[in-house]
Amino acid sequence: MNRNAVLRGALGVAGFLLVMEVLGRTGVVDPYTLPLVSSILAGAFGLLSDEEFLTGVGITLSSSAAGLLIAVAVAVPSGVVLGTMPAVERAVRPLVEFLRPIPSVALLPLALFLFTVGEQGKIALIVYTSFWAVLINTLYGMRDVDPLAKETLRSFGFGSYDVVRRVSLPSAAPFITTGVRISASVALIVAVSVELMAGGDGIGTFVSDAAAGNRRDLMIAATAWTGLIGLLINSFLAGVERRVFRWHHVQAGEDVT
Amino acid sequence: MSRVITRIARLWIIPVALVTWEVITRIAEAVYFPPPSTILVRLHELWFSGPFTRAFLTQESIDHLLPSLGRLVLGWGAACAVAVAVGVALGRSAVMYDCVSPLIHFFRSVPPPMMIPIFMTMTGVGTPLQLAAIVFGVVWPVLINSLDGARYVDRKYLETCEAFGVSRVQRVTRVILPAAAPKIFAGLRLSVALALIMMIISEYVGSTEGVGYHMLVAQSQVDIPSMWTAIVILGALGLVLNAAFLRVERRLLTWHRAARTNG
Repeated sequence: MNRNAVLRGALGVAGFLLVMEVLGRTGVVDPYTLPLVSSILAGAFGLLSDEEFLTGVGITLSSSAAGLLIAVAVAVPSGVVLGTMPAVERAVRPLVEFLRPIPSVALLPLALFLFTVGEQGKIALIVYTSFWAVLINTLYGMRDVDPLAKETLRSFGFGSYDVVRRVSLPSAAPFITTGVRISASVALIVAVSVELMAGGDGIGTFVSDAAAGNRRDLMIAATAWTGLIGLLINSFLAGVERRVFRWHHVQAGEDVT
Repeated sequence: MSRVITRIARLWIIPVALVTWEVITRIAEAVYFPPPSTILVRLHELWFSGPFTRAFLTQESIDHLLPSLGRLVLGWGAACAVAVAVGVALGRSAVMYDCVSPLIHFFRSVPPPMMIPIFMTMTGVGTPLQLAAIVFGVVWPVLINSLDGARYVDRKYLETCEAFGVSRVQRVTRVILPAAAPKIFAGLRLSVALALIMMIISEYVGSTEGVGYHMLVAQSQVDIPSMWTAIVILGALGLVLNAAFLRVERRLLTWHRAARTNG
């Protein structure tokens, strides 16, 4: 990104905020329905020292991270095993294709019946959703491994464990990272959805409470913070992908649910 | 014919999984996991046992399934049309792209369900809420992909247009849109899943009808088989939309893949 682009981007953001403020002040947009930008910004600033909000953010982020970690811990080994056994992969494939498009939130009532303690239901749904993106991307990666490299190691007498560790996993790593990045934003979406639909602690609950108390400024401010957090997480993971795997240009699609 | 048979034969694991599920749930008598046969019977009587003249739809389907589908199609279609048009227009101007890019990426990063309470204070409960929710979920990924697609059109194509005096309209419909199509389709496919999620949540928290609302009622009455019928319907919807989309995409983008493999 060059300096001009940054400058224009800043101008765009400032212009947008200014227009919204003017629309509110002149009464074109009713400031009751959509609070003024200035009061939203003030609210956003105030949230930084709001105990309840910060705890909510912490709970939402930690349950997303927990769910994502469990999903990676299950999906990557499954992907590697399936990737080394093409016959099994072919057999299981239709099952994956059937289960993957099921919208995770449709399973929420079931998850609530099964997991009644704390954030377990939320984490279970996050695991279910994140699992597919990581699994599919691991499979892509395993398919992309250079067969020549595998054969070379084999002919030097390396066992299949070493082939996986020295060739398959490193060469599938960029794909897996893409899967994790996609899953990270999906995990946040699912976490918030569960909080909105089922209550419990978290940023989603904070917003529905603010709605119940008719604090529209806080509602929008909290949502804006969540957007920024999501943006930061995504840019961070995309940066890792670019920097660590510079030697590799992943062409994996952003195909997720 | 034989190709169809091999294709179906590849799916052998699905009936095997269903039978296994049936046997296990019958033996375990798990409360929250009714056997698939029970779910199917319930699915039939609750949703699809209506008269022939109404295409076998029951009153339940007409009251809950059709409104859901209607809003899904309307919200998704409208959002996509606007997002593709705006995205292609903005993507052709480098200055405009730089100006709006941070804003669009910010809105894209807001988990869409977060917007539902905000919309609810503006629209109240009902169809406008569902439409607003679906549109917000769909618009950003489609917009970003259309922007990117329109941005990186091969210079040579555009210079050729210039040299041959191709009109503006034709340049958009014949060159820019096709060149951006693969990216646009990636965004559209992604947005189908988001539209479905937004439909379910907005019906669950702010509606008096729809499959999501039906799910809520079944859950509160602890009517597990009825709840499972909603899960099956929503799952099938996700599966069918996804498959249909891949089909359309494959047909429309054959030229793209052909060009890639030859080049």
